[in-house]
Amino acid sequence: MIYDVSIWAIIIFVVFVGSVLGLSFYFARKTKSASGYYAAGGNIHWGVNGIAFAGDYLSAASFLGICGMIAFSGYDGFLYSIGYLAGWVVALFLVAEPLKRLGKYTFTDALDARFNSKSIKLTASISTLIVSVFYLIPQMVGAGDLVVPLLGLPHYAGVLIVGTIVIFIVATAGMTSTTYVQFIKGALLIVFSTILTIYILNNGLTLNPGEKYHEFIKVGAVVEDQKLVGITDSTYSLKESVTVEGKYTFVSLEKNEVVRWFKLSGDSSYLEEMLSISVADDGTTLYNGEPKSAQKFYQVGHLTKIVVDGVEVDKTGPLGPFKFLSTMENSELIRFTKKAMPNKNTTVWYPTPTSGRDMINPGLLYKVSTKAGATFWTKMNFVSLMLALFLGTSALPHILIRYYTVSSQRAARKSTIVAIAAIGFFYMLTLYMGLGASVNGVLDVESSNMSGPLLAKYFGIGLFSIISAIAFATVLGTVSGLIVASSGAIAHDFMDKYLNMKMDDRKKVKAGKIAAFGVGIFAILLGILFKGMNVSFLVGLAFAVAASANLPAILFLLFWEKTTAKGIAFSIVTGILSSVFIILLSPSMYERYGLLKSAAPIPLDNPGIISIPLSALVLVVVSLLSQKDNKSKVENYHND
Amino acid sequence: MHGPAAKMEADKAAAKKSKLGVTLFIVYTLLYSGFVMIGLFNPELLGVHVIGKQNLSIVYGFGLIVLAIVMGFIYNAICTRMEDKMNIK
Repeated sequence: MIYDVSIWAIIIFVVFVGSVLGLSFYFARKTKSASGYYAAGGNIHWGVNGIAFAGDYLSAASFLGICGMIAFSGYDGFLYSIGYLAGWVVALFLVAEPLKRLGKYTFTDALDARFNSKSIKLTASISTLIVSVFYLIPQMVGAGDLVVPLLGLPHYAGVLIVGTIVIFIVATAGMTSTTYVQFIKGALLIVFSTILTIYILNNGLTLNPGEKYHEFIKVGAVVEDQKLVGITDSTYSLKESVTVEGKYTFVSLEKNEVVRWFKLSGDSSYLEEMLSISVADDGTTLYNGEPKSAQKFYQVGHLTKIVVDGVEVDKTGPLGPFKFLSTMENSELIRFTKKAMPNKNTTVWYPTPTSGRDMINPGLLYKVSTKAGATFWTKMNFVSLMLALFLGTSALPHILIRYYTVSSQRAARKSTIVAIAAIGFFYMLTLYMGLGASVNGVLDVESSNMSGPLLAKYFGIGLFSIISAIAFATVLGTVSGLIVASSGAIAHDFMDKYLNMKMDDRKKVKAGKIAAFGVGIFAILLGILFKGMNVSFLVGLAFAVAASANLPAILFLLFWEKTTAKGIAFSIVTGILSSVFIILLSPSMYERYGLLKSAAPIPLDNPGIISIPLSALVLVVVSLLSQKDNKSKVENYHND
Repeated sequence: MHGPAAKMEADKAAAKKSKLGVTLFIVYTLLYSGFVMIGLFNPELLGVHVIGKQNLSIVYGFGLIVLAIVMGFIYNAICTRMEDKMNIK
């Protein structure tokens, strides 16, 4: 896809980033102590902290990833919204207050509070690092994706910009400036998503998404004995015909020396134009048969039928939030499905008529209905995803450290509730933003991540600029939080506590800043390396690893007297190893290695359903075997 | 006031709050599992209209989000009352 760069976009972006940096300078002068650096001095107001939680949590995965997934796969993207929010229930009811009571700066502190165990310090700090790095990659990739249309820069430039700014933010002021950046960005994201949703509802549903929308060409087909023998339009000449997976017939037609790909319709009566990207023999890439600069690679997604109260209409006019959904259910739309052609350097996206009913029910991505071809393993994928999302939130180190920025347990609880309300409201909007993007002819089939911002562009370049700048700030904020968490794991948990380097306050802050710098550089490299990877894919992975490695440890520590230090350490190691192992052998990864999906030894894409119970089981068994260790543990939790 | 556990004042309401938290957690977990189970064993049911012209997918999905918010407010109100009552010096 090729985008025109707008001067407004650049101005708004620069103002935005400038204010964020100014804020960091301001707080940098105030931050001197370790408590200030790692936990913002523990005196952030709960309301600010709550919205900052929302800022932390609504990362590139939520705004870019979920909206994109709903736009391309309907309700299945919304499953992420439901699961991500449900995870906060675990955080609020079980984890928030005890964790605040037990810890000082990091999640490792809390786990270790009763034991003072070297093995916990080591395993928990490694787990914090691994989960944070998994979470960092998609954020950096998302940043790269964003600057392409926003500033007209290449992907790696975006990653470099984010990396540099974030290192600056974190290295100057740590958690205080991170918190305020998150607060501002979280608030703006929610406000502007609401505005975007109002635009969507006010616009209603229409068969014609605008004058610029490309009308896909249809050419009559002549078929004999189920074989295509000719076409009815003599301005085209038939080049070749390819059968894919035994059921799709893809045909290339030439007109005015441009070759485009078409698909034979289900009833074999006509050929329908598709989107295609081909790499020619001389190495040039052609978009719909022409160079990228010809701008012939269209944005897509439109309705073919709208039914309001039993009557077919061309457009609905403004709709209420409920009427929008029920009208959507009775409508029909065209989605575009990707197919790579075997033995050819061509990928096509063919129009797939989809009923509105399928869009607002689960099943397009995660097959659950046996009638639609669900198998045991596709069902397990669905359950595993929902489990990992539910249990992942309260195991994410960069979320957990936010409990140390407020002054009391009560403030911890209240900020969690503010977070739930803000995040829950935002997640309800994702359904509208995603569905809105699916029907207004804005989708870029190359990158689902840009669906939300591109929808904003449909309503005006100003809204697009602001939303994109916010999305960029989203990445900045989340990356800052992750880097603070990682630097805490290295400087506080590992160097100070595990290696027992006995650093004073000043040294600890310095070590944290150096660690932040190192992790930042590492994140920049990974962001460039993983270009093109799906943002949600890696975040889902991070959730599964976090839930497997950290959650059993936290919950058993809080609710089971017999938990031992060895039990916790073994459980963390088991959780990391088993979840990463299953991911590496999963069908999705096999596809990435360039192997056959069906060759994957473990037919499961999300490891949660195996690795979480396994990690819990190891904790119980090892704890029971090491009971004698517990005689010396520090009793400060149950004596409250 | 900030930071480490040791410096924080003892909270006499902790045990009661924890019990309430666990109860509410179980309630929510059951409802969340209910959604997953319907998806697993009877996905066709999710397409059935339940309230107005909205299907069960929408009602249950939005319901889980709204419920989390509502339960959060209830939990906070009860906890705050317990703390105020039990932590009087």
